[in-house]
Amino acid sequence: MSDVHARTVAFVRESEIPPAPPPEAVGGAVKWLRDNLFSNWFNAALTLASLYAIYWVLAQSLPWILNGVWNAGSLAECREILAGTSGACWAVLTERWNQLLFGFTYPSRLYWRPSLAFLLLLVCAAPVLFPALPRRMLILTAFYPFVAYFLIWGGSIWTPVLTAVGFMVGYAVYSRLVTQSFAMGFFGGVVAALVFWLLQGYLIPPLSAVAPIALEAVPSRNMGGFMLNIILGTVCISLSLPIGIALALGRQSSLPIIKWISVIFIEFIRGVPLITLLFVANVVLAYFLPPQTNLDLILRVVIMITMFASAYIAEVVRGGLAALPRGQYEAADSLGLDYAQAMRLIILPQALKISIPGIVNVAVGLFKDTTLVSVISMFDLVGMIRGPILASTDWNGVYWELFGFAALLFFVVCYGISQYSQWLERQLQTDRR
Amino acid sequence: MQKYVLASAVAVTAIAAAGMASAQTLEEVKDRGVLNCGVNTGLVGFAAPDAEGEWEGFDVAVCRAVAAAVLGDASSVEFVSTTGKTRFTALASGEVDMVSRNTTWTFTRDVDLKNEFVGINYYDGQGFMVPKGLGVSSATELDGATICIQTGTTTELNLADYFRSNNMDYDPVPIETNAEAQQQYLAGACDVYTTDASGLAATRAAFETPGDHVILPEIISKEPLGPLVRNGDPEWADIVRWTLNGLIAAEEYGITSTNIEELAQGTNNPEINRMLGTEGNFGELLGLESDWLVNALKAGGNYGEIFERHIGENTPIGLARGLNAQWTEGGLMYSPPFR
Repeated sequence: MSDVHARTVAFVRESEIPPAPPPEAVGGAVKWLRDNLFSNWFNAALTLASLYAIYWVLAQSLPWILNGVWNAGSLAECREILAGTSGACWAVLTERWNQLLFGFTYPSRLYWRPSLAFLLLLVCAAPVLFPALPRRMLILTAFYPFVAYFLIWGGSIWTPVLTAVGFMVGYAVYSRLVTQSFAMGFFGGVVAALVFWLLQGYLIPPLSAVAPIALEAVPSRNMGGFMLNIILGTVCISLSLPIGIALALGRQSSLPIIKWISVIFIEFIRGVPLITLLFVANVVLAYFLPPQTNLDLILRVVIMITMFASAYIAEVVRGGLAALPRGQYEAADSLGLDYAQAMRLIILPQALKISIPGIVNVAVGLFKDTTLVSVISMFDLVGMIRGPILASTDWNGVYWELFGFAALLFFVVCYGISQYSQWLERQLQTDRR
Repeated sequence: MQKYVLASAVAVTAIAAAGMASAQTLEEVKDRGVLNCGVNTGLVGFAAPDAEGEWEGFDVAVCRAVAAAVLGDASSVEFVSTTGKTRFTALASGEVDMVSRNTTWTFTRDVDLKNEFVGINYYDGQGFMVPKGLGVSSATELDGATICIQTGTTTELNLADYFRSNNMDYDPVPIETNAEAQQQYLAGACDVYTTDASGLAATRAAFETPGDHVILPEIISKEPLGPLVRNGDPEWADIVRWTLNGLIAAEEYGITSTNIEELAQGTNNPEINRMLGTEGNFGELLGLESDWLVNALKAGGNYGEIFERHIGENTPIGLARGLNAQWTEGGLMYSPPFR
């Protein structure tokens, strides 16, 4: 047979042809370009138009950015150095760098304290944000607020220490009583902590006399710059999350008083612009409180922003709760779980997972809203720019550079938050296969 | 300057709630050892912190002079920055002891909002700025011009009144802030920019080529700016009023920060002696030390020196004295006698 075959077939390939690359036109960069940018004449036209637009923007801005002056004492000096050519005056950032970050009244020799607090924030927030880290690190997170307060505001170390002890007392009482009933544990814990904090005032002087550990105190009025935005953003977001969840649950409660308190709070706060609440915090609140109470301005603003954000988070979480099938609630009931257990173990983990994009949306919005405090004459980043820096005779007239810088700082933080939330969603796979 | 309806509304409610602020401001300031002074959050030449965070400016100098007169130390001032919306409430609630924040003295602010204006440290008024290339030398030639104007301010109303009374037409370009106005005007969106004359000068000073723009001579409104205190404490009002008068009178009598040491030893001029405490007991009458005005003048010099240092012709702002010259030189600065 083989003979026949050999005679009838002129050529037999004995080895495989080496694989050839696909033709230029259907692979590699060309194919990608064809598929994505030039798939038909209309898209090709759009691509060319976009390329031209990008070129135009860069051609306008890049020379201005790169030709910038970094060392000068005033806008006039900048212009002298530029000598008529187009260029940015980045020198304002160099000269006012510390003011932009810390405000203009925070003592410069103490800048290390907020900086350290910020670094610690990154470390201590990590275990909450990344489930892969050892759970024991959560202890760091629990202590962080007191450390940060001590670092940024200074004063006697006993104030934050005793406040922390108050929380521990409350928790101890709670864990004692919670075995009997959740409500008893909760309210018992709150009352115990409050009693301890009332006594705290009497404990601080003798303790300070025995061990006078203190950092130089910095009053709230001296906080400013991007530091203030970060303080307000971090504190308000982390406080508004638990409050918002509580409100969302309260709104669904079958107890009429709790339900109506939650509904009225949420609807009232959502119906009022944040700026109005800030005005209330700044000017009106002073008249409602007794004359001698001097509630710290930052504290007042924190309370108002937190209230505002919790109302929104409550509605976001309520959306998550509503999205859960009725069966999940019934399943929890049929297992014999009580309300607290059902919520903690079955309902909330699922509802919060669904709510992540909404919560992040509120968080990002809230962080940007902290710039509104510039309207009540607090010198956050935008307040610093609009007030002291633009009003100095040296820098009056520098707009693009300063606001561009502010935009960049906010973009970095907000983009970071958004990327984190997307990572978290992938981790938790919220699409519920 | 700008008037915000909101500010008034809030202030009125505020005062209704807490109108009886303490009449013991002097005692409080002395006990505290610090004067709380309300200033602008930032206005070129009038109030702004420098790179070291030290407040300086024309309005700030008044605060420092009062602090020096009361406490003997020009640096014992806590500057509380207030916005146009918060200034009156900050004063009424006792957060600040006085406000020196380019605030126009008007009837309603004085009477209705229960403030007490103690004097005038700057006579401002609304003016016009045009590019030199326009070839305009008087506001009466502005018929048909496009004008950049800040919305919601008295300047808007003043402008409408002025053009109507002169039978001229204009095309308003409404803008929100001074910064925006600067951009719009330079971009040629409007022929004319109008706001307070001091603001025009400061804006022009920030231009790349200030010489290409002129401020027209017409001033179409009265904007007397001055420090103010709460109603109901006449002693404290007197202290602030006479400190300001002292600064103005000192310029008239030639008392400067350089010759004050010498003059404070005693002179042949009884008025100067009464001011500087070598004759009479004027300090005591105010409840202050006898050298109160010496301290106030050492803080930043007399009115003329303060003016020249912060907003005068040798600064980038370059304001001429104009109405703010001494009455002996054709201006309106006129202190009642120290007698």
